[in-house]
Amino acid sequence: MSEALIALHNITFAYPGASRPVFQDFNFQLLPGHHIGLIGPNGCGKTTLLHLIMGLLRPQAGRIVIFGEEVNKEKDFVRVRQKVGLLFQNADDQLFCPTVLEDVAFGPLNQGKSPALAVQIARETMDRLGLTGFEDRVTYKLSGGEKKLVSLATVLAMQPQLLLLDEPTTGLDEHTKHRLIHILKNLEISYMIVSHEHDFLNHTVKECCRVHGHCCQPLPHRAGEEPVSTCKKTVSAPGGEY
Amino acid sequence: MHRLDPRGKIGVAGLFAVLIATAQTYTTILAGLALSLVFLALAGLPLRKVVARLLVVNSFIFFLWLVLPLTYPGDVVWELGPLSATRQGLLFTGLITLKSNAIIIILIALVATVPVITLGQALQNLRLPDKLCHLLLFTYRYLYVFEEEYRRLVQAMKIRGFQPRTNLHTYRSYAYLAAMLLVRSYDRADRVFQAMLCRGFHGRFYSLRTFYWQRRDGTFLAAALLAGAVLFCLEWLKPSLG
Ligand SMILES: Nc1ncnc2c1ncn2[C@@H]1O[C@H](COP(=O)(O)OP(=O)(O)O)[C@@H](O)[C@H]1O
Ligand SMILES: [Mg+2]
Repeated sequence: MSEALIALHNITFAYPGASRPVFQDFNFQLLPGHHIGLIGPNGCGKTTLLHLIMGLLRPQAGRIVIFGEEVNKEKDFVRVRQKVGLLFQNADDQLFCPTVLEDVAFGPLNQGKSPALAVQIARETMDRLGLTGFEDRVTYKLSGGEKKLVSLATVLAMQPQLLLLDEPTTGLDEHTKHRLIHILKNLEISYMIVSHEHDFLNHTVKECCRVHGHCCQPLPHRAGEEPVSTCKKTVSAPGGEY
Repeated sequence: MHRLDPRGKIGVAGLFAVLIATAQTYTTILAGLALSLVFLALAGLPLRKVVARLLVVNSFIFFLWLVLPLTYPGDVVWELGPLSATRQGLLFTGLITLKSNAIIIILIALVATVPVITLGQALQNLRLPDKLCHLLLFTYRYLYVFEEEYRRLVQAMKIRGFQPRTNLHTYRSYAYLAAMLLVRSYDRADRVFQAMLCRGFHGRFYSLRTFYWQRRDGTFLAAALLAGAVLFCLEWLKPSLG
């Protein structure tokens, strides 16, 4: 069986000072080429899960394996972040350069690309997202939906091998939503989407999981499709092969 | 003026700031003041704004006038009860006033016309320590975050009908506002930093802007150096001539 892109083994995580952990003995995996939708009520830990994967939060116990390598230290996560793109739930957190072009080019520059190449990549990414002509717009004066699209551009410009999207559709109009669906379908990488919009998930992912404190429970997403039961398996054979 | 290379402007501003700050004679400082007015005229800034800024600075200097002439030892020229002002004290305070205004005007004309981000990049380009430049850029960036959070909180209070009065409810609400502002700004700054980490930030800003040194920059620098030399002669060579 192919190796999981992301595998969380027996993760326990609680926010400092919180009475109850968000995750306790949590198991999860994402296989190559898979597109997963994460659903669950507000506050169940979807955002926390993505931040754990990116190393922005550290679990109190458990192992995280990404691209087949165990990640523990900041140094490991620095490498992970070169390959995994995270779209933040709140676009205001993501944008910080004064102009759109500079913000989109920020990632490629950090990857060591030359300014000319970074600008070229930034422009191409923006064109792909229908953001042509936004180069010199001021990031904090964009509308909510525009900010979301620019945020997505900043992530895609780093040409990630895996994409984590935290509620990407909030603030997008129907037309833009459809463009986003189109873009995601044409990406040849795995991705996970946190979303409350079943319609959007129907178009973009084949499996959905409900996030719980212990696991991600797979859901029958479309009628007639057999759900992939990762939850039960991980509970019965933690850390085993799938 | 605004098309000049920011590095040249910063350098010239620094040069005159040092010259004027170290000068001790009225001749030199008046010449410096005249020069600063020339820069100001060249910059073509709205006068009202300049005056507003100068007023702020001079309100601090006002306090010097209250204290310095009375405490500086020297020939008494004016007495009121136990208080006595000295001639040397008055002269000295006048010197400080002129110096401060000349330097502020030069900074307003030359440095304040450069956008902060460009300023940071120009300083980095001038080989100033990275840490210092980051401090400047981040301070600027987070000042904006701070203001934005403030605006949101005030809006949240307003839409629920908050009106400041002189009662406990008002004071408590303002206390909450201040506390929330601190906490939320801290949180947001944290998340912005996390987003930067996700995009491969490792302590270095890469600039998309390349600065071009053009003929007019050379002319500007040459003229400024000449004026600087005149100031220098006025201050330091005149005594030996006479
Ligand atoms: N910074 C924080 N400090 C303490 N608790 C937090 C923090 N962020 C989130 N939580 C708590 O952790 C739980 C999971 O939050 P989150 O992952 O954001 O949920 P969601 O599934 O809506 O994205 C929630 O109960 C929330 O109250
Ligand atoms: Mg969330």
